Amino acid sequence: MKKARFTALQLLVHGAGWLPLAWLVFDFLTDNLTANPIQAIEQRSGIHAITFLLFSLACTPLASILDWKELPLRRKALGNYGFLYAAVHVATFFILDYGLNLAAIWRDVATKSFIILGAIAFLLLLPLAATSFRFWMKRLGKNWKRLHRLVYLITPLVVVHFFMAKKGDLLNLSGDIFQPFLYGGLAVALLLLRLPPIKKRLSRV
Amino acid sequence: MNSPIPSSEITPKQAYLSRRDFIKAAGILAGSMALAACAPDLLNAPASDPAELTTSAKTDELGDPLNSHKDIINYNNYYEFTTDKEGVARLAQNFPTSPWDVEVSGLVKTPRKFGVEDLIKSFPPEERIYRLRCVEAWSMVIPWLGFPLSKLLNLVEPTSAAKYVRFETVFKPAEMPGLKEPWYPWPYQEGLRLDEAMHDLTFLATGLYGGELPAQSGGGIRLVVPWKYGFKSIKAIVKIELTAEQPATMWSAIAPNEYGFYANVNPAVDHPRWSQASERRIGELARRDTLPFNGYAEQVASLYEGMDLAKNY
Ligand code: HEM
Repeated sequence: MKKARFTALQLLVHGAGWLPLAWLVFDFLTDNLTANPIQAIEQRSGIHAITFLLFSLACTPLASILDWKELPLRRKALGNYGFLYAAVHVATFFILDYGLNLAAIWRDVATKSFIILGAIAFLLLLPLAATSFRFWMKRLGKNWKRLHRLVYLITPLVVVHFFMAKKGDLLNLSGDIFQPFLYGGLAVALLLLRLPPIKKRLSRV
Repeated sequence: MNSPIPSSEITPKQAYLSRRDFIKAAGILAGSMALAACAPDLLNAPASDPAELTTSAKTDELGDPLNSHKDIINYNNYYEFTTDKEGVARLAQNFPTSPWDVEVSGLVKTPRKFGVEDLIKSFPPEERIYRLRCVEAWSMVIPWLGFPLSKLLNLVEPTSAAKYVRFETVFKPAEMPGLKEPWYPWPYQEGLRLDEAMHDLTFLATGLYGGELPAQSGGGIRLVVPWKYGFKSIKAIVKIELTAEQPATMWSAIAPNEYGFYANVNPAVDHPRWSQASERRIGELARRDTLPFNGYAEQVASLYEGMDLAKNY
């Protein structure tokens, strides 16, 4: 029998990757994006971005735990979908929300640390997305892996950005904090699983 | 001067401009870099379906059109139900708003419980077209029905010791699923200084768009203080209490560095999360500049003479 061109996991990853965008476009065309569609796009793309980043981060530890060797092969695609939604998020902010009015953007951004954190995270994502082509993987060799460790910095930045984007107060443990808590908890867990002592135990299982 | 905002007869419930038209306009424009610049013209262009654009000639006193009834009753910040603005209307659809009682107590000569039905009989509803500016940097123009809060307060006669007014929202966890969230210091409460409360613009709304005030918009009865951020305009009020001390308010209890007691709309005082210098009018694409006191400076700025508004945010 001929081998299938795509594995089931591959189909799942790419299906899941495009689905939120299709859903967003569908809701846009059917007038289903709330009375404030720009904010809805901004928030939904933000959530999708962080979700795919976490999926991507989950591949390596889950591969050890489940002994599923294909998983790490898919983390790059998942990360790229994370970048796709981050790009939609950022483009929505600059183009739809602010109409590229740089003066207004600067006036508002300069005073909002959560936007600055988001912007740093996005700038750090750019080289990762740009080097995701096979050409760069080959060319950079070992440095490719080193470069992509930036995601360990990007993830906490995005989690803090998420917390601060919500109407709550972490120090008081009050307000709209459940969702960022959930994502923050997962992010911390996924990063902890990479600490050498924990990692060693995982791979022994 | 306490000049009320002019308004004429009751507004019909037609949408000024449906969201579908907006989406259409947005669709035509999508991809265009000049999006923001040309949007307003497109939005004013005649819609393909004239029935959809039964333009209510009504505007606020600055000439801006009313938001559609549909948008007003389907986009609500009402955390007692859910933090999802579009989900409130559905969760509130069976919430009973009538009969509704409000207890007025504290430093008053004649504490009393009022039925909203009786209040409507005593104070025939007038229409006020007010801008509502949410702290999240979106805004709407809304035609309320109701009466000035001062009429109710005069009825109970605040004593000379009364300096503030405290308001409390109904607490019914069985009917308001959001109240199960442990992260908020329920019940919702708000407060005004007595002179703010007695100002003619300060309004108790019992109706909307010429009809009833639906549960998601704050029925049985809600406060509307148009020169303050929307969260000051507390919904579903069951208690009004005159006090000597400044009352605690829900959002300033949650994040005191973000939400103050006064919460006057002020483009010069920034918020760590949302731009307070500009806002999006629901139904429009481009941002517009936020006005000091939400455009009511002439009527209310004198209330704050000599105060540092950056400190008393
Ligand atoms: C230049 C970079 C960025 C800007 C200007 C920006 C801007 C914003 C703004 C304005 C909000 C608040 C939306 C609202 O509630 O109205 C937000 C929320 C959010 N952003 Fe960003 N962001 C940036 C980068 C990122 C990146 C790189 C990610 C993830 C990879 C991200 C994820 C999120 C998430 C998860 C939220 C919360 C969405 C929600 O409210 O449910 N952002 N961002």
